[in-house]
Order: sequence, then structure tokens, then C-alpha cells
Amino acid sequence: MIEFVLNGRGRRVRVPPMKRLLDVLREDCSLPGTKEGCGEGECGACSVLLDGRTVCSCLVPVVQVRGARVVTVEGLDRGGRPSALQRAFIDLGAAQCGICTPGMLVTAAELLRHARGRVPSEEEVREALAGNLCRCTGYQKIVDAVRAAARGASRDGAAGTSGARAPGRSRAGTARAKRSRTARTKRSRRRG
Amino acid sequence: MARRARLPRASRTVLRPPASVGRSVPRLEGLDKVTGRALYVDDLRVPGVLHGRTVRSTIARGRIKRVRLDPAFDWSGVVVADHRDIPGENLVALIEDDQPLLAAEEIHHAEEPILLLAHEDPERVEAATRAVRIEYEPLEPVLTIEDSLARKAPLYRDDNVFKNILIERGDVERGLAGSDLVIEGEYRCGHQEQLYIENNGMIAERTPDGGLLVRGSLQCPYYVHKALVRAFALPPDKVRIVQTVTGGGFGGKEEYPSMIGGHAALLAWKSGRPVKIVYDRLEDIAATTKRHPAAIKLRTGVRRDGTLVANAIDIVMDGGAYVTLSPVVLSRGAIHAAGPYRCPNVSIRARAVATNTPPNGAFRGFGAPQTQFAVECHMDRIAAALGLDPLELRRRNAYRLGDVTPTGQVLRESVGALEALETAARRARWAERRARHERENRDNEARERPAGLGGAAAGRRRGETSRNGAGPRANGRRLRRGIGLALAYHGAGFTGSGEVKLGSIAALDLSHDGRPRILSASTEIGQGTTTMFAQLVAETLGVPADFVAVETPDTGLVPDSGPTVASRTCMVVGGLLEKCARAMRERLELFAERPIRDARDFQRIARRFLAERGPLRFERGYEKPPEIEWDDDRYRGDAYGVFSYGCCVVEVEVDLDTGETRVLRTIATADIGKAIHPILAAGQIEGGTVQGLGYGLLEEVRWKDGRVWNHQLTNYIIPTSMDASPIEVVIVELPYSRGPFGAKGVGELPMDAPAPAIVAAIAHATGARIDEIPVTPERLLEGLRDGARRDGSRSSPGSRRGGKRS
Repeated sequence: MIEFVLNGRGRRVRVPPMKRLLDVLREDCSLPGTKEGCGEGECGACSVLLDGRTVCSCLVPVVQVRGARVVTVEGLDRGGRPSALQRAFIDLGAAQCGICTPGMLVTAAELLRHARGRVPSEEEVREALAGNLCRCTGYQKIVDAVRAAARGASRDGAAGTSGARAPGRSRAGTARAKRSRTARTKRSRRRG
Repeated sequence: MARRARLPRASRTVLRPPASVGRSVPRLEGLDKVTGRALYVDDLRVPGVLHGRTVRSTIARGRIKRVRLDPAFDWSGVVVADHRDIPGENLVALIEDDQPLLAAEEIHHAEEPILLLAHEDPERVEAATRAVRIEYEPLEPVLTIEDSLARKAPLYRDDNVFKNILIERGDVERGLAGSDLVIEGEYRCGHQEQLYIENNGMIAERTPDGGLLVRGSLQCPYYVHKALVRAFALPPDKVRIVQTVTGGGFGGKEEYPSMIGGHAALLAWKSGRPVKIVYDRLEDIAATTKRHPAAIKLRTGVRRDGTLVANAIDIVMDGGAYVTLSPVVLSRGAIHAAGPYRCPNVSIRARAVATNTPPNGAFRGFGAPQTQFAVECHMDRIAAALGLDPLELRRRNAYRLGDVTPTGQVLRESVGALEALETAARRARWAERRARHERENRDNEARERPAGLGGAAAGRRRGETSRNGAGPRANGRRLRRGIGLALAYHGAGFTGSGEVKLGSIAALDLSHDGRPRILSASTEIGQGTTTMFAQLVAETLGVPADFVAVETPDTGLVPDSGPTVASRTCMVVGGLLEKCARAMRERLELFAERPIRDARDFQRIARRFLAERGPLRFERGYEKPPEIEWDDDRYRGDAYGVFSYGCCVVEVEVDLDTGETRVLRTIATADIGKAIHPILAAGQIEGGTVQGLGYGLLEEVRWKDGRVWNHQLTNYIIPTSMDASPIEVVIVELPYSRGPFGAKGVGELPMDAPAPAIVAAIAHATGARIDEIPVTPERLLEGLRDGARRDGSRSSPGSRRGGKRS
């Protein structure tokens, strides 16, 4: 039995400890919003927040989330209403086919929370999202939406991420995700 | 961002809701997509579902000697199906009936499906695939265009050519002979993977009436329908295909879903259980279609002032192992091969050849990105040979109203080539940036020479440059910057007589609650079909877009409005819907004996109509505009109703030591007639542009013995948010009289220009003109080593300007 906090509520699952968090969320917790794009931590479609940090849930065995807080796209709204970030994604055309959108939103939510009301620069947003692949938008509208949400949030005095809470202790999954993202960034630099 | 359409002042005063067309209303399914509620095929829960897997050929060519199921494996509960289980014909019906649903004996390419397995437990079925033993009698495969043309082995008829096209205008040989200068060039582009982030997937089940229901991620429900009717020998009304929310397509879900749908259906047919086949990324990249590789030669005669006189073009595309869509891909490629430039003498010879590789297929642009990559690189080579600015060369030759294309099509209206070009150049500050990069590159070069001695002065000078923000910061790196541009055009709708043959039908009816409901098979795959359709209908009916219902593409409910491809959805199908809406409005206003005021009024009238007169439905079919004529046999006439035009300007920074290219800035302009939804249209342009950047710079499918070895996102690289630069989009609107509200096509156009623009920018930065994409660091370093020599060898003696780089 593995217990964790999922989108603000306590959750217990009886699954093999090495089952991927991605599959536990989709199959055992009936939250199919988190998507699988590659299964190897490259595309970021399966991104979720683990104790406030973005991780690729396809790389995290569920045993690693014992006692942790997990936030998925389903937990990003504000009491049933879309957050400023979600609203900006709709209004500015940042979601096209929508398959990368959950992961993008989760990653952007972490960025906005860390920005604490400051509007991150275009480069900062691009760097933060470099581990999330999108094939539809060319990224411009996603970057614009994240910054617009930050501007809106700085006006409202709150980040548009109710589900994302204060940063927790570092966990193995987080480190792995960071590695993966760094690798991706490096790779993209390497290849031009 | 795109120009934001403003409401004309007058329309604010009339008694009707704000206009829909031209406004960026929130996309209708947007909320579902940002909350995780949108259900894609893999998200559907189907009770009792089996998980299907495909066992594929590991060799590229040969015969199957024996298929054996390892007796050591526990096969209980595993459903096994092969070609003998197919109730109808063993084929994936498309253009020619040459591709089997499952290989029976002969193997024509690696990853060819041979056997299907299904089990309740995905892990068990995965294990089962490893317990299948297939013995082959391998034959030497033909894996390249050259080997196919040399007939290394007979693959298709007697010449290995799937399709031959010849387009001729004027007298090319005479034109070349009479030119001041003849420039030759040869260009190559490799495969490109569509790489939608949602992998392919389908769920099939038998229906109680003895038919099939297949749901999944797809672009063209009636393609799958047609294929399954043949493969299962069922009457058309017993096969029902339903699109689920689709996570990107880009052409990659045009024809291949017929294969997967057929496989899932066969397992369901045999087992009597619902069967889900969802590919993982490895299988999707390895087995499904890609953009056709191409080798293109141009021989172009020009006058000294840059006027094009004659253009002889030879195109060969690699079709892969089966015909699939290659003839039409080739056709579009050939028609666009001379670029958006007037030229009195043109000959275009195009061939698609067979190889033992997985069939290549539809990918945004459909042949045109390959041929326009070639012609645009060639235009830059011509400009260099003449000592002309590449912008000026294009300006002198770009299509104007009344010009004639190689097929003899007269461009009667909506010709935005020059507007797209000039707008992009202005926005990019072309001349200024070009001069600045050249100056800074010269300075950097001069500075690097003493810097090699490690002088402190050199370091200080570098520091100064950085502080001023001018020029690439050195930090010991040898960087060069450059700017390049490319102009392209793209025909909207099916080629030639395609739309007539399709005879698309779209419909509009009243839902039971008195709302207009759109019925079409055109799919929402991210590009915004749903919202854009609703806007066209809403505008005509005088209601808001979110008042319009859009029915799911379901062959049991909607008429065949044709495939969602070819930049045709807005212009062709949207046009039909606009007509339906006009008829509905007339009918309801006649019934009410007064104009419709707003949505509530509409609903009131509609409900009364439904109660008193019964259902109301309007259907409109494609009608060929009388001025369009096309001769299939001679390849003459109006290849498309109209063309869209686009220009891309790219600035790059190249590291001379590592061969890396970084895109600094991208400008894309597009004349699309009318942006129905400016944000969605700009989204198409931005997304297509970045796919084009990937095509030009990063994306390379690597092969080993006919199999893709980089079938992972780890090693097949698509642009990340850091590879893509900020993009500025300018939409140019030269309306097309036959399009709804003046709209032309937008989907594919943005794919055409970025790759040659990058090549041009790299050439401007470094002097190395690379004729093959993607321009990987390896390829660029090689080009840097012998760049000048290669450049010179292909143009006529005396044509080069001494020392001129670019």
C-alpha cells in the first residue's frame, strides 16, 4: 500500500512498487489527463509536480511518491474554475492538439510559482519549458501565455496554481527529472 | 503576433451580435484540453478490452518461410491473427490496391506487419510478441533512390517507378541556350517524421448488428471506412469509424490509421472482444509513414538582370515499398517545383520510385517542401552568381496577377507573393541586418587572427563587442551570423481534378434544442477546425460561435466531406458550410417572416420550426468553379483553385568550430486570403515554421539495413522551445473570391520556406552553401571545409563573383 497526497487529497493505492507513477495516475487513480508521449523522459507530456517540482511521471516508480504531494493537470484549476494559466492557454492559443498541454501547464505552474509574482523573461520561459516537446505551436504562443499568466498573477497577487504548494524536500524523482531536463537542454544545444 | 482584426465601426451599431469571422474567439474545446478532460484514444476505458500488438518483419526484403509460435510460451488467452483470418481482401485500400493489411508471403520492407496478437494483459501480449519465431528467406533489398533507378532488383513493374510526371511550358532547351547564364544545382532532403506527440492508436469492436465500430486517433474517417469495408467485405453501413480527440497529425494520421484500424478490427473480429492497439513511440517512428526523401536537380537559365528564362527540373522521390499516396505527393511536389516565379520555359520531370523501406506518406506540405527547398536554395545560388541580393532576385521574378504557372494556370486573383516577400523583408529590416552581419563577421574574422596568439588586447576588444550588444560574443568561439529568406507558395485543396473526384459533402442541421449543428468528416487535430467551422456558420447565421454545435466526425452521422488534408478544410469544406448556413438562415427567416436577431431569437425560431415542420437539414456538395479547368492526361490547366503565398526570414548564428547553428530570429508572413481566426491562423504559421526549422536543421532519420535506428525521442531530435527562436508572424490578406469570407489555405504553406531560409542564412553567415538538409553540425563542418569549391563547381565558368561569399 502506497499513500500520497494527490491534487490536495490523501490517496492510497495497492500496486506494485515499481509501477510507473504515470500508469498509477492514469489507471489506478482514474486521472487520464497526464499523457504518455515517449515513455523515456524526453517529451515531458507526462510531467506532474512532485512536492512542487516537475518530474516526468514515466520515470518515477510509484514507491518514490510515498508520503509526497503530487499535482497533475487535474489539480491545477482553482476550485473548478480554470486558473489564470489555463485561461491564458485557451485565450492565447497555446493549446492546439492539446496532448502536450497538461505537461506544459504543470511545468509552467512550477515556473510561475518560483517566479513569485515576477514576470519571467521570454528566455527564462523557454529554458523552463525545454523539457516539454510540442509539435503544434512552435512554442511562441505557449511562451506568450505563460508570461501573460504571470502578468495576470502579479496583478492578482497570486500565482495561478492552487494545486502547486510550497516547495518540499528534494526527492529522487525530482533529481532525475532535473537531470533529464538538463540532458535535453544540453542535447538541444549540442544539435544546434 | 498576427494582426488583430478589428470590427469595422459600422457593424457595432447594427442590431446583431459581434462578428465571429476575423475574431479570435476562445477555441471551443480549449477548456477540455487545459483541464485534462479531453479524452484521447488511450484514455478511453473499454470494458473487457484486449491489448493488441503487431509482429513485424525484421528484414527489408524476402520471403516468409515459416511462422512458429514458441511452444515453451503459455499461449492461453492470446488471440493470434494472420492474413488468413482477413474476411475480405488482404489490402489497405487507397490509390492502388498493392499494400496488404498483413504480409502473406513476400516481405517488401522492414517493419511490415505479419502477425497480430492480443491479450487482456499488456505485459503478456508484449511477452508473446517475443515468442513468435519467423523464418525468412532474405533477398537483397533496394534501399536508395539510386539503387532503385538502377534497377538493382525489380520491385515495381519493369522500371521501379510508381509514377512519372512531365510538366512542360515553352521550350526549355531553347530558353537555356538563349540565357546569359545557366546555373546548375542538385539538392537532397531526407525523411522527416511527423512526430505528433500522441502516438497512433485505435480501438475496434464488433457491433451487435454484425458490423464494426472503430474509434481512434485519425485525420480521415472515410479513408479508414473505405479500407475496412474492403478488408472485411462488409456493406458500408456496417462499418462505423469515429474520431477520438487527436493529438496531432500533420499528415501522419492520414493513411496509416487505415492499417492500425484494420489490425485492431481483425483482432476484434476474431476474438469477439474489443481490441485496443496503441503504438509506443518506438513502433510509431519505426513503422509508420514519413516525408518522402527527394533528390532534385535544377538547370536554370537567367538573364544578367536576374530575369528567369528557362528552368529544367528533375525530381526523384523515394516512395518506399508500396504506392500508397506517392503519386499525389509527387504531383504536388512537381507542380510547386519551379517556385512562385514566372518563367516562360519550364520542364519538370518527376518520378516516385520504389524501395524496400516503409512506405513514405503524407506530411504537411505533401511534396512541396522538398521541391521548394530545392528551388529556393537554387534561387540563392543564382543570386550569388549574378551578384544580386537574394531579395532583389525574388522581387524581380515573383508571381504577379496574370502570370502563368508551369501547368499553364493563369493566376487570376489573390496573388500575394510580392506582399508576403516585401512585408517579411520590411519586418526583418533585411538590408540593414544583412549589412550588419557581414560587417561583424568581417570584424570577427579580423579579430580572431591576432586572438589566436592569445593577446590580451583581443580579449578586450571582444569584451567591447559584447557590451555593445553588437555581434556574436566570442568567448573564444568563432561565431558568424547570417540572414536568409525564402519565398514559397502552396495550392489550396486537392490537386487538379481531385476535388471534383472527391465530391465532398458537408451538412448543417438543427439539433433538437434548436441550435445549428455542423456535420462533416473534417477532423479537429489541433489546427482549430471545430472553432473555425463554428465561426463560419455563426457569422452567416448571426449567432456567436459557441452557440454552434459541431458533431464528432463519425461515419455513422456525418457525410463525407473528404479527408482533412491539403489545406482544404477551411477553403473547401468551410465554403460548403457557409453555403449551408446561408440556406438555413434564408429558410428560417422565410419561416419566421422576419430577420433573425440573435442566438436566443434563432433558437426560438428554430424550435418553432422543429415543432411545426420537423427536422431541418441542408447539405452542400463541392461544385467546381466554372473557370477552373484541368487535364489529367496532359497535366495542364488549373492545378489548384488558388495559391497561398508565404515568406520566411531567418537569422542564425553559426559556430565555425562545432558546426552548430542557432536560430536567433524568425519572421513568417503568409497571404492566406482571410484569417477566419487570427490566433489559430498564426498558430498554424508558427507551428509549421518550427517544423520547417526542424526539417532544415535537426531532424534526420537514420537507417541501418532498411530499419530506422533512431526511433526514439532521445535521438530523433525535434525542436524544443530553446531550439525555436521567437517568431514574428504577419498575416497578409488578399481575399479569394471562392473562399469563405475570402479565405485560402493555411495549414501547409508555413512548412515550405523555413528550411531553405535557414540554408540561405547559414550560407550568408559562413559562405558554405549546403545542398542537403538537415544541416547537421557534421554536414556543415564538411561544407565549411570545402564550401567554396562546391559552390563554384556547379555554376558555369565565369559566373562566380570573385571572393563573394553567399
